Amino acid sequence: MSASTSSAGAVFGGAIPGGTIPGPAKDPAVARALGRRRARFNVMVKGLCVAATVVGLVLLGSILLTLIWRGAAGLSLTVFTHTTKPPGSEGGLLNAIVGTLIQTAIGTVVGTPIGLLVGTYLAEYGRSSPLANAVRFVSDVLLSAPSILIGLFVYQLAVEPFGGFSGIAGCIALAVIVIPIVVRTTEDMLRLITPALREAAIGLGAPKWKVIVLICYRAALNGIATGVLLAVARIAGETAPLLFTSLGNLNWSVSLRQPMASLPVTIYQYAGSAFEDWVQLAWVGALLITFGVLAINIAARLVLRPGK
Amino acid sequence: MQQAVALTASPVPKAKFRPGDPIFAGLARASGIFVLLLLGSLILSLFIGAIPALRKFGAGFLVSATWDPVHEVFGAGVSIYGTVMTSILAMILAVPLAFGIAFYLTELAPEWLKRPVGIAVELLAAVPSIIYGMWGFFVIVPIMSQYVEPTLIDTFDGIPVLQDMLAGPPFGTGIFTAALVLTVMVVPFIAATMRDVFETVPPVFKESAYGVGCTTWEVMRSIVIPYTRVSVVGGIMLGFGRALGETMAVTFVIGNSDHISASLFSSGNTIASIVALEFPESPAGSLKLSSLLALGFILFVISFIVLAISRTLLRPKLKV
Repeated sequence: MSASTSSAGAVFGGAIPGGTIPGPAKDPAVARALGRRRARFNVMVKGLCVAATVVGLVLLGSILLTLIWRGAAGLSLTVFTHTTKPPGSEGGLLNAIVGTLIQTAIGTVVGTPIGLLVGTYLAEYGRSSPLANAVRFVSDVLLSAPSILIGLFVYQLAVEPFGGFSGIAGCIALAVIVIPIVVRTTEDMLRLITPALREAAIGLGAPKWKVIVLICYRAALNGIATGVLLAVARIAGETAPLLFTSLGNLNWSVSLRQPMASLPVTIYQYAGSAFEDWVQLAWVGALLITFGVLAINIAARLVLRPGK
Repeated sequence: MQQAVALTASPVPKAKFRPGDPIFAGLARASGIFVLLLLGSLILSLFIGAIPALRKFGAGFLVSATWDPVHEVFGAGVSIYGTVMTSILAMILAVPLAFGIAFYLTELAPEWLKRPVGIAVELLAAVPSIIYGMWGFFVIVPIMSQYVEPTLIDTFDGIPVLQDMLAGPPFGTGIFTAALVLTVMVVPFIAATMRDVFETVPPVFKESAYGVGCTTWEVMRSIVIPYTRVSVVGGIMLGFGRALGETMAVTFVIGNSDHISASLFSSGNTIASIVALEFPESPAGSLKLSSLLALGFILFVISFIVLAISRTLLRPKLKV
């Protein structure tokens, strides 16, 4: 701090005509040296920040390249037409892909309306009442809570009492993850809508629920859709909550009452195995899920763009 | 004249009872309460499941370093140590990195680069955690075991504390590698939050500092950081909360062992990794399952505290 004050004084010291600056006279040589030191330090920090950003980008690049390099080698039609099979025989990932699609779809369909209603409650009804603040806080905690705990919770809730792992339990776990994401974006988007729009509708005699459903939802549609897409991207890649709920299934099964395969869980089982063809399939699965998730993310950003 | 006729012709109708409003409001309110119940039942279900283990082992469960499935003696010591250790190490590595990225994105990057780099950081945050685990296992672990760990062990051999912290066979897996992978995972979260927080600083403040001749770094240190200090800490806590509960990325690389060792290169456990690994071998109703649920409950309490702090710090400045 002392360096910057003294040098600031030095900068003005010679420049103010006729005025004197209290305190000891500044030595221009020292001031210049200090200025150079500040500039050097500034350049150094800037360099480090650029380096940090480069490191971040390199890491992203490394992950994507590893996936493409390892995954593309095993990418073939059999991956999409065959189910998982014992090591050695030509297996694919069909059941895992279908399982992920089913569970993600049901999880989203169940979680979105609840999240939408909660977000509506927070933005339109509760606002800053004690109940709304509590709901907001709890929703935020759920948003960042470790997903493995949601798996344990749903295990206690829907697996143990009903005597077995099931696709339904997996869907419930994913829906629990969807809710807080949709709550957050819905509330934020509804709050962005100008009061004039609501007042105009109310002035025409529309009841509040119609104002919300027909006017506000429509105005906030882009943002809400973004939230839902981000939620889909998040749950499609979730592994931990499915380990104890839908468990994974090496056979073809689309029954929600049976254990159900999913890409992340299959990747987890295969990547740790000692069989080369299973590890290869794990890489293919990883490639599919990552690029799927990233594509949804980018799509979500494109949806939001016109609104911003 | 016609208007007047129309007005007198239609008397004001009686207010009709419209059921739509109370129904919709009730639904919305009920959903809000549902979310409260959801978290409540989450806590309750973990706690109820944990009761047998807590009753058997008492408060000693928290510190006991024994995990012996054969004799059915369980303790949380090793996994709590691993959880906290990996997360703290990850934060030490991640905070400077995330700060650098956020600083670059708000102050240094040219306008045309801001959006693509920002999106890249956000995409890094969107990669599923199991991918980080695989990437760590197949890419980072070999590098660690062949180059980094032997070099560090040789370099610090003979220096009192460090030689114990950096010792043991260089398997590549272990606490340190887990911390590294966690670092890569949490950096984008912290960086994105910090960037959003930095952007809340009114430009006038920064401009006046630039006006008196401050360098970019001095503006950062004397204006931006003091203005956003509380929220920056909140963002760091948010990343810390994520690191604590991360499962898949850690499970792949931590090596899974039930012992605490002074060396950072030794294998270990985190609460999340032990739950993921041991759960399939825990039959319903067993003491082991109850111990795992007790671990889950402890993890929930720890992350709840961290997240609550993070939220209190972030909320005023940023709608997080």
